[in-house]
Amino acid sequence: MSASQEKRDYSLTGPEGGKARERGLVAAEWYASPIPRKRMKELMKRKDGPAIRDTILWIVLLAGAGVLAYFSWGTLWAVPAFLVYGILYTSPGDSRWHECGHGTAFKTPWMNEVVYQFASFLVLRPATPWRWSHARHHTDTYVVGRDPEIHQPRPPVWRVIIIQFAHLVGGPKDIKRMFMHAFGVVGKEERDFIPESEFRKSFRESRVYLLIFACVIAACFYTGSILPAMFVVLPSFYGAGLMVIFGMIQHLGLHEDVLDHRLNSRTVYMNPVFRFLYWNMNYHIEHHMFPMVPYHALPALHEEIKADCPRPNRSTWEAFREVIHALLKQRKDRNYTIQRELPPTAQPYQYGPKPIIAEAPGEQPTTS
Amino acid sequence: MADWVAACAADDIEEEDVIRFDHEGRSFAIYRSEDSDYYATDGFCTHERVHLADGLVMGAVIECPKHNGRFDYTSGKAKKTPACVDLRTYPVKVEAGTVYIQVD
Repeated sequence: MSASQEKRDYSLTGPEGGKARERGLVAAEWYASPIPRKRMKELMKRKDGPAIRDTILWIVLLAGAGVLAYFSWGTLWAVPAFLVYGILYTSPGDSRWHECGHGTAFKTPWMNEVVYQFASFLVLRPATPWRWSHARHHTDTYVVGRDPEIHQPRPPVWRVIIIQFAHLVGGPKDIKRMFMHAFGVVGKEERDFIPESEFRKSFRESRVYLLIFACVIAACFYTGSILPAMFVVLPSFYGAGLMVIFGMIQHLGLHEDVLDHRLNSRTVYMNPVFRFLYWNMNYHIEHHMFPMVPYHALPALHEEIKADCPRPNRSTWEAFREVIHALLKQRKDRNYTIQRELPPTAQPYQYGPKPIIAEAPGEQPTTS
Repeated sequence: MADWVAACAADDIEEEDVIRFDHEGRSFAIYRSEDSDYYATDGFCTHERVHLADGLVMGAVIECPKHNGRFDYTSGKAKKTPACVDLRTYPVKVEAGTVYIQVD
């Protein structure tokens, strides 16, 4: 086996983090498409209106699906009814968790926080640890040994991919984390990205989650039915499929260890229903390049920079097929990476750190 | 002895906005508030090395363009995680249409 085909250690506590730092990939300067400052400020402008509208719509749809699911319990209609309920519980739960975690969905900070805490529970992600994990994901996107949110190593682990469609990897891992935090224990990996000053908040949140679990279990015993859990907690497992597909098409098959989101992220054109569920995170290059642009402005941001970006995937299905194809290739060739051509109007890709250039004798060196 | 350094023209910065100013290997962020008062802080966020001049000014708050960390740029106080460490601020004066910051 050649050195380049050797498996890498994707943990945050192994040797790869140090190597990434030596290569200048840690907390580095990333490529950003040029946008006039005035336009950028317009795009970053916060609003409450779109997120209030979308949140009300989400809750109404979820409640409606819940009523149908309740009345269908005990019949075959319960299968599609709970599937719809589970998807409406989990996919928007994931995207609302994400957008409110960035603090951009609403203009009003407490609204972001309330929806963030609510959505974190729905998708069983301890709120504070995941906020810090996601900050690291944005600092060092798909840098091996640094990014805690790399979806799959190379070569991919198919058993994990398949059972994760029912959230059977992430779910139990996060429930275990909740128990650890409830008892004041923080894992070694987490200490790499969560500052100690945030531990107490994490512990409090996990105790609340466990209290809710206890209430749901008690309700199941009281009613003699699994039905209460079908509405709270279990949907994040049986309704996870679409969320997992959305997650897989964000980065998989593209580059690792680069400093240009056009190389490691994927923008996908989606239908309006998926865009509502996913809160426009299909514009993933745009989101990573300018994370403070709210979800409702991402289509406009896409128009602004598309001449500088590779062609988006034309549909979710096309993107998903592309990912599966790449993962199959990576079984035998871990270096297999999808190469995406840039339009002639685009600036070249930035594969690594910018070279240091001395501007003139005696002057301080600067980056180009 | 701290020196007053000319950073920019007063009208180089729009109201409720920020620009970058580099001087002798250091980088600063110069702010103009809605009331056209001027302020200066270190240029990079205290959480990660991201320049605040690319961020959004909202009232007296500057938001880091990468992680949503927020600071009160009039005092340097960190207001929202992941920013946990305050920003350093610098005295500012405006004379004859030029913004000066006092750099040590």
